[in-house]
Amino acid sequence: MHLPYSGRGQAGVVPGAPALAIHGLTVRYPGVPVPALREVSLSLPTGVRAALVGANGSGKSTLLKAVAGLLQPRAGTIRIFGQPVGACHHRVAYLPQRGEVDWRFPVTVERLVLAGRYVHLGWLRQPGRADRAMVLSVLEQLGLDALAGRQISQLSGGQQQRALLARALVQEADLLLLDEPLSAVDATSRQIIAHTLDRLCRQGKTALVATHQLDRLSEEFDQVFTLHEGVLQQALQPLPTLEEV
Amino acid sequence: MTEWLLEPFRYSFMQTGLAAAALVGITCATIGAYVVLRRMAFIGDALSHTVLPGLVVAYLNSWNLFWGAIAAGLLTALGIGWVSRRGAVREDTAIGVFFTAMFALGILLMSQAGSFRDLSHMLFGNILGVRPSDLWLTAGIAAGVLLTLALLHKELELSSYDPTYAEVIGLRADRMRFVLLIVLAFTVVTCIQVVGVILTSALLVTPAAAAALLTNRLPRMMLIAALIAVGSALVGLYASYYANVASGAAIVLTCTACFGLAWLAHSLRTRSVR
Repeated sequence: MHLPYSGRGQAGVVPGAPALAIHGLTVRYPGVPVPALREVSLSLPTGVRAALVGANGSGKSTLLKAVAGLLQPRAGTIRIFGQPVGACHHRVAYLPQRGEVDWRFPVTVERLVLAGRYVHLGWLRQPGRADRAMVLSVLEQLGLDALAGRQISQLSGGQQQRALLARALVQEADLLLLDEPLSAVDATSRQIIAHTLDRLCRQGKTALVATHQLDRLSEEFDQVFTLHEGVLQQALQPLPTLEEV
Repeated sequence: MTEWLLEPFRYSFMQTGLAAAALVGITCATIGAYVVLRRMAFIGDALSHTVLPGLVVAYLNSWNLFWGAIAAGLLTALGIGWVSRRGAVREDTAIGVFFTAMFALGILLMSQAGSFRDLSHMLFGNILGVRPSDLWLTAGIAAGVLLTLALLHKELELSSYDPTYAEVIGLRADRMRFVLLIVLAFTVVTCIQVVGVILTSALLVTPAAAAALLTNRLPRMMLIAALIAVGSALVGLYASYYANVASGAAIVLTCTACFGLAWLAHSLRTRSVR
């Protein structure tokens, strides 16, 4: 018996559709006169690692939240593998900024990562042995296996970020939305996260990463989108090296 | 010693009282873990106070007090959920306005009734006055609350510490909150007969707060809180039997003593780590 959290949860992929296609997206926060995003259009082919850069308040998080279904757009369309937002929850993983999680809550790292399986389980079904085995193997991949039993506040910032990434891996999502995964992160964690994204994209997964870190864009990403005050500036492809800029 | 311990329970009203206190203690402490972790202590307090007019109206019409309380409790839970959906008034402000108004309405109705005799039980609780018929209803509600918490455990847990991720996978965090408020309303109603309107939030908050100091796993926290609540209920019953003190107050103060011990243990442990 499978009771999905959202009735529309399990739609298939439209053949040939890009991982993410946004057209004319406008998002407005209630009570704010200026829209947070204005007529943003972009297309992200499957298997691409894309960076989303821009100053604070340029709309990076808003864009990711709209794609994740956390915000209702005022206008425009979003298609994920050809389907509207909310039609395939299990295919989209969203890594919030660290501040959005209550880290003092009494759960262990293992339990946090296990939550990545919930979208597949739905109501009433409990995680089984296969789910737990998957969590352990992903924790090992991200160098967190020794910390599996720790309460989540007892991790460093970089380790917390890796735990959130582990949850997205366990979810087996095809489109990953990461909000500032590299901010205030130690060198080891940054390396592990970059390496993992690289490996995922070679497996055909797609990633859209909001980031402040401009120093290694060309090494770590295939495509860069720049947002300025809610407007998409340019889609650079292929990426110029730092010397050319 | 055994004689001393067993003697009170020769009376059927003591047996009923013990059963009621144990059921209520387990239920309150378990849901109390969420109340503490989600910082809902104020809502829990508000829910228990707003039940008062429901109790008084039921009393004046000689209906079953339980149903009056449940009606008022559910109405409040729905009202709080409805108010918190809109951003015009901050949630805690709205609750503050709403719950004092309901409590005042309850007191107004009480002063109309003329007799405070039975109504003081509502304010302070009287565990020894629990009737066997009430006990069955309490047992039913406790079973329902615990079953709901068990079946929805993974969803309630996730939406408590990461509501954003819950929303992304299609699990509506606001609906989980609503479920929790309704379950809380039922819990509060059973709690009132043990410690009364005024002290109900103590049974929701204190055992869970003590348990939170002793563990960092949610299921273990619920278990420890339940043990503290049931133990305190037992101590409270003995105190009211032998020392002739108010049972509700004795139960609450025993919980507080447990919290003090837990706090002491916690601060000793963290000091030794440093």
